Amino acid sequence: MSDQKQVTEMDPKESKKNIENIEEEVTEEPSPNQDRLDRIVELIKTNIAEDAIEVAFINELDRDLPCIVIRSPYWVKTAMLLKESELLKLNYLRNVSGIDFETHFEVVYYLLSMSTGNQLDVCIKVKADRENPSIPSITSVWNTANWNEREIYDLLGVQFPGHPNLKRIMMPDDWEGHPLRKDYEPIDPEV
Amino acid sequence: MIRTEELLLNVGPQHPSTHGVFRIIVKLDGEVITEATPVIGYLHRGTEKLAENLTYTQVIPYTDRMDYVSAMTNNYVLCHAVETLMDLEIPERAEFLRLIVMELQRIASHLVWWGTYLLDIGAMSPFLYAFREREMIVNMFNELCGARLTYFYMRVGGVKWDAPEGWIDKVRDFIPYMREKLDEYEQLVSGNEIFLARVKGVGTYDAQSAIDFGLSGANLRSTGVKFDLRKDQPYSIYDRFDFDVPVQTAGDCYARYLVRFEEIKQSLRILEQAVEQFPEDGQIMAKVPRVIRPPEGEVYTRIESPRGEIGCHIVSKKKPQPYRLKFRRPSFVNLQILPKLLVGETMTNLVTILGGIDIVLGEVDG
Repeated sequence: MSDQKQVTEMDPKESKKNIENIEEEVTEEPSPNQDRLDRIVELIKTNIAEDAIEVAFINELDRDLPCIVIRSPYWVKTAMLLKESELLKLNYLRNVSGIDFETHFEVVYYLLSMSTGNQLDVCIKVKADRENPSIPSITSVWNTANWNEREIYDLLGVQFPGHPNLKRIMMPDDWEGHPLRKDYEPIDPEV
Repeated sequence: MIRTEELLLNVGPQHPSTHGVFRIIVKLDGEVITEATPVIGYLHRGTEKLAENLTYTQVIPYTDRMDYVSAMTNNYVLCHAVETLMDLEIPERAEFLRLIVMELQRIASHLVWWGTYLLDIGAMSPFLYAFREREMIVNMFNELCGARLTYFYMRVGGVKWDAPEGWIDKVRDFIPYMREKLDEYEQLVSGNEIFLARVKGVGTYDAQSAIDFGLSGANLRSTGVKFDLRKDQPYSIYDRFDFDVPVQTAGDCYARYLVRFEEIKQSLRILEQAVEQFPEDGQIMAKVPRVIRPPEGEVYTRIESPRGEIGCHIVSKKKPQPYRLKFRRPSFVNLQILPKLLVGETMTNLVTILGGIDIVLGEVDG
């Protein structure tokens, strides 16, 4: 139980941080990246659609990373825009992660520009519903997404319509279920 | 008339040139590859799933087993991610120890690559030289943390063990020794005509496709893109040291060879400065609660591993275990370009090109 003691000691500091996190959009001093985020949001709104963005915020825990949640019907078009636009040129997709939030799935894309030379990251999130998760594939925009999407399909069961070859990549082809789902139960727990 | 027929050839999963369990199905027209389909997942252990039921410290040994040729950098990326979430300050001495082991690891990893790559191509003796030098680094690590391959050396907040008496001097002595050996390597291999004939102009791609495929590390820098996370998005204390980022423009296997070779020299430069500035004494662990519960939130950290950008994406729900832990594994991403490179090449070049990408299967399969 000594563990518990230690934790309560840390608690006040941590909960304070959490409050900051929730209030990030109303804090008095805007993040240095707020401008950049606003510009990207503006760009998407004018070129794609007013309602393409669900929410945009600064992730203060991750060095003020600009994050944008895109509605999935607009995702491919937005991806093209982010890559082609003169302002951003986000031509390098560094990481794709899939997360099972139990109420919904989320696929997170971390983007970077290799040609503007400013080395600033942008994080894009696309949500999918829990019952029949599906997010349009962006393999045609960034080739990196190919195996990453296959991995997410394999382990989380998110469909990527438009993917050239959406097959299992890690698990055997005849595997049942998607292991990284929170409610996954192995057929044979011994395996 | 000679009747030609397409031949389907299965390479691996057990094949010495694949450095692990990697399978590739190639369609051959004579000796020329017309199509290549990689099959991976033979070494998939479900690290990310296992991590969801482990505390952060318990996950660290699993990272040792991902890229088992470069365990130190893997340790670091996880610790760094948790530390970023918790906004922890790391003691100076711990940062130096981390940096020194990471750079030694980069040298050791490149030596393994150098030796096995030449072995793939058919040169036997460089492998023995490379492992002789690597053995010295491995022994130093053994002295530091009691393991030769899976170190489990770093912890959230610092490192587990302080450098024993005289350890830093051993690192200091290693630098001129390694430099001398590198000259020897260079004379032995880098200009060798047979070697050049095998690697020059083989497996060429341009910067455009390297970026499109998300390549990182030497695979990216061999195409003229000067991008090294140690310089461009500095982490740890890399911004205090003076070193260059080697770049080549040809984009072939030889360019990748030169980049990696030069990287060993640059790592030695960093080490030289690090052992000079190494703090006399100080803490090796920050004040960290016994049970690590990072605040609720999300973080993605990335560092430059010997193979490229290794990243760690954590979703925390303020529990001792991560809600979701995802590793961006450079070998996995780098390998994607392989089918594109192989089309039109001969069977013998398959080994050259695959070796040139420098993959570790433990990392490809996660």
